[in-house]
Amino acid sequence: MTASSPAEPNAPILLEARDVVKHFPIRTAQGRQQVRAVDGVSLKVRTGETLGLVGESGCGKSTFGRCLVKLIDPTSGSVLFDGEDITHMSRRELRSRRTGFQMIFQDPYASLNPRRRAAATVEEPMRTHGMGTDQEIRARAIHLLQTVGFDESYANRYPHEFSGGQRQRLGIARALALSPRLLIADEPVSALDVSIQAQVLNLLADLQEEQKLTYVFIAHDLAVVHHIADRIGVMYLGELVELGGSTEVYNNPRHPYTEALLSAIPVIDTDTEVRERIVLTGDLPNPIDKPSGCAFSPRCRYAQDICRVEKPLLQIQLDGREVACHFPVATGAK
Amino acid sequence: MSEPLLEVRNLRVSFRTRTGTVTAVDGISFTVDPGEVVGLVGESGSGKSVSMLTVLRLIDNPNCVIEGEVLFKGNDLLTMSDADLRSIRGREIAMIFQDPMTALTPVYTAGWHISEQIRAHEKVSKKAANDRAIQLLTSVGIPNAESRVNSYPHEFSGGMRQRVVIAMALSCNPSLLIADEPTTALDVTIQAQILELLRDLQSEFGASIVLITHDMGVVSQMANRVMVMYGGRLVEAGSRLDVMREPAHPYTWGLMGSIPPTDGTRAVRLAAIPGAPISPSDSDRDRCLFAPRCTFATDSCRPQPGLIEHRPGHSDACIIPFSERAQRRTEALAPMRART
Ligand SMILES: Nc1ncnc2c1ncn2[C@@H]1O[C@H](COP(=O)(O)OP(=O)(O)OP(=O)(O)O)[C@@H](O)[C@H]1O
Ligand SMILES: Nc1ncnc2c1ncn2[C@@H]1O[C@H](COP(=O)(O)OP(=O)(O)OP(=O)(O)O)[C@@H](O)[C@H]1O
Ligand SMILES: [Mg+2]
Ligand SMILES: [Mg+2]
Repeated sequence: MTASSPAEPNAPILLEARDVVKHFPIRTAQGRQQVRAVDGVSLKVRTGETLGLVGESGCGKSTFGRCLVKLIDPTSGSVLFDGEDITHMSRRELRSRRTGFQMIFQDPYASLNPRRRAAATVEEPMRTHGMGTDQEIRARAIHLLQTVGFDESYANRYPHEFSGGQRQRLGIARALALSPRLLIADEPVSALDVSIQAQVLNLLADLQEEQKLTYVFIAHDLAVVHHIADRIGVMYLGELVELGGSTEVYNNPRHPYTEALLSAIPVIDTDTEVRERIVLTGDLPNPIDKPSGCAFSPRCRYAQDICRVEKPLLQIQLDGREVACHFPVATGAK
Repeated sequence: MSEPLLEVRNLRVSFRTRTGTVTAVDGISFTVDPGEVVGLVGESGSGKSVSMLTVLRLIDNPNCVIEGEVLFKGNDLLTMSDADLRSIRGREIAMIFQDPMTALTPVYTAGWHISEQIRAHEKVSKKAANDRAIQLLTSVGIPNAESRVNSYPHEFSGGMRQRVVIAMALSCNPSLLIADEPTTALDVTIQAQILELLRDLQSEFGASIVLITHDMGVVSQMANRVMVMYGGRLVEAGSRLDVMREPAHPYTWGLMGSIPPTDGTRAVRLAAIPGAPISPSDSDRDRCLFAPRCTFATDSCRPQPGLIEHRPGHSDACIIPFSERAQRRTEALAPMRART
């Protein structure tokens, strides 16, 4: 078994979300309302695995990711890191734990200080956490830059002197500075050209193999998530609608939304025959005014009366898949 | 063979900047036949947008130098009078962009936008134009078009806005539609809707489409023919099936190898292209511009290899003997080991 194969099924749980909810109060013409960005998500991430989270714009992926690393406080629910409830920890308590997890963002430019050179960018978190002498810190920064593919000549460059993919690698080097065990990556390759995207995906795979890292990888591109993740969670309107092994979910989606999402991927056809496409009608509904019952029911081609009334819960199916649907797509159907 | 609708001959576009000359498009030639869908792919900065904006003379920049010919139905768009150009632009050739808001003015309704477009080219009453607008909005799949015709751009979602722009573009029944990344900003399920719409409209109205995208998947779903750009040049062109099944240029191999497989298998590593794209201000251009990133580069990659038609309708600009291509391609894709 190679190191990049799925985490041991019995590996210890590193991160757990229990019924995480995040509602944003907003003022609209109708008065005060709630944006139900994350609406009760529970999941577990095992040490050494990559959990991919997919879903369309506005489904709450970033908000959930931010709750996981406590960049924002959930409205309710809890987050456990390494078995310890971090939901209500103070900033100071967290600071010592933060070394355990780091976040990488979509826009590497916005998350890097434009006036700080590459080496200093990587050194900064180590200084804040007092991780050794100046010399030790510099040496580790150079080592980290090398890890992500930069020789020493890059150490004194500013972010604007890097290309998009290089900036993303710089962001990764910085995230690795405190030797985290868990990286939450929010759309880390979405802004990059495919050839550069592939470089960064390969780098993340290599780092995981070398350093036994655990990833939560957030993206809207199901093909990318299928490539990198061991398990995939699919979100729709703030809820987790399907969760299962990457290959299984990709090849045999069981939630109608996952099925439609997969069918919408423009695959490279080398055949003359055209596959069946499930084109969803309608727009993404609004997280302020969620449909009753199953949130996906207005766009679902299998919806029946019960779906518009009773909300289906995420339930383990016979094949081990977790699906929130009254009428899951049959196994083996495709 | 019918005469091409559009014929671009040796188009070259450069910008004079403070730091020197930027060559955005470097001598490209191609044709678009009536009713054909041509996909133009390439990485960011490869010159896709600039080349097609030049076709419509939409680059309004005194520091921009344009050379070459752009023949539309036999007439050179680059040299014709502004009045002649105006009668073609919007009527015979329409363009849609990635961000629909570039084509929409926030203070006017969807109906106003479409009606104005119609009335700019045809003498019809406001009432008749408005009726056509409603029809068009219906045909691009906007529900309740009678009332939505009075909605403002911000009252539509991103996907709906793009539909409004497509309705505008189709209002005068153009024979050529240039679509610059029309779905890049949209979610994948909404992208699927828009692509299906474009396919339906294309078969209904029979317009030719030049579809600019960086997404090989989108091209493979839409195009009859594919052109691959790198550094302002065409490096490969051919029918969709030829290019997808047997890509000939090492850059195209890298592009295909960079995409996570969509066939259900998983790769441990992707066959990424090393290095970064060529800088447009790089003045060392008499060579294959992909050579610095190419595993197979040799001294012979200088001077610039020409675009050669090795098989009917399938051409590429690479010095590797054509008989060795299949072998080299296997080597190039080798890092893409399958996961066990
Ligand atoms: N601070 C905030 N105040 C109000 N609403 C917010 C706030 N942050 C996020 N939202 C809303 O919460 C919902 C979820 O947003 P989020 O950014 O988590 O989505 P996402 O899945 O990451 O989308 P994308 O793919 O576009 O990044 C959206 O409707 C968004 O508009
Ligand atoms: N006004 C300008 N002045 C200087 N350089 C320019 C100008 N407009 C475009 N360029 C350069 O021309 C090159 C081609 O740009 P173009 O917009 O055609 O790329 P593209 O292939 O459409 O990329 P993308 O996928 O990012 O849209 C780029 O390197 C760009 O920086
Ligand atoms: Mg997000
Ligand atoms: Mg462009």
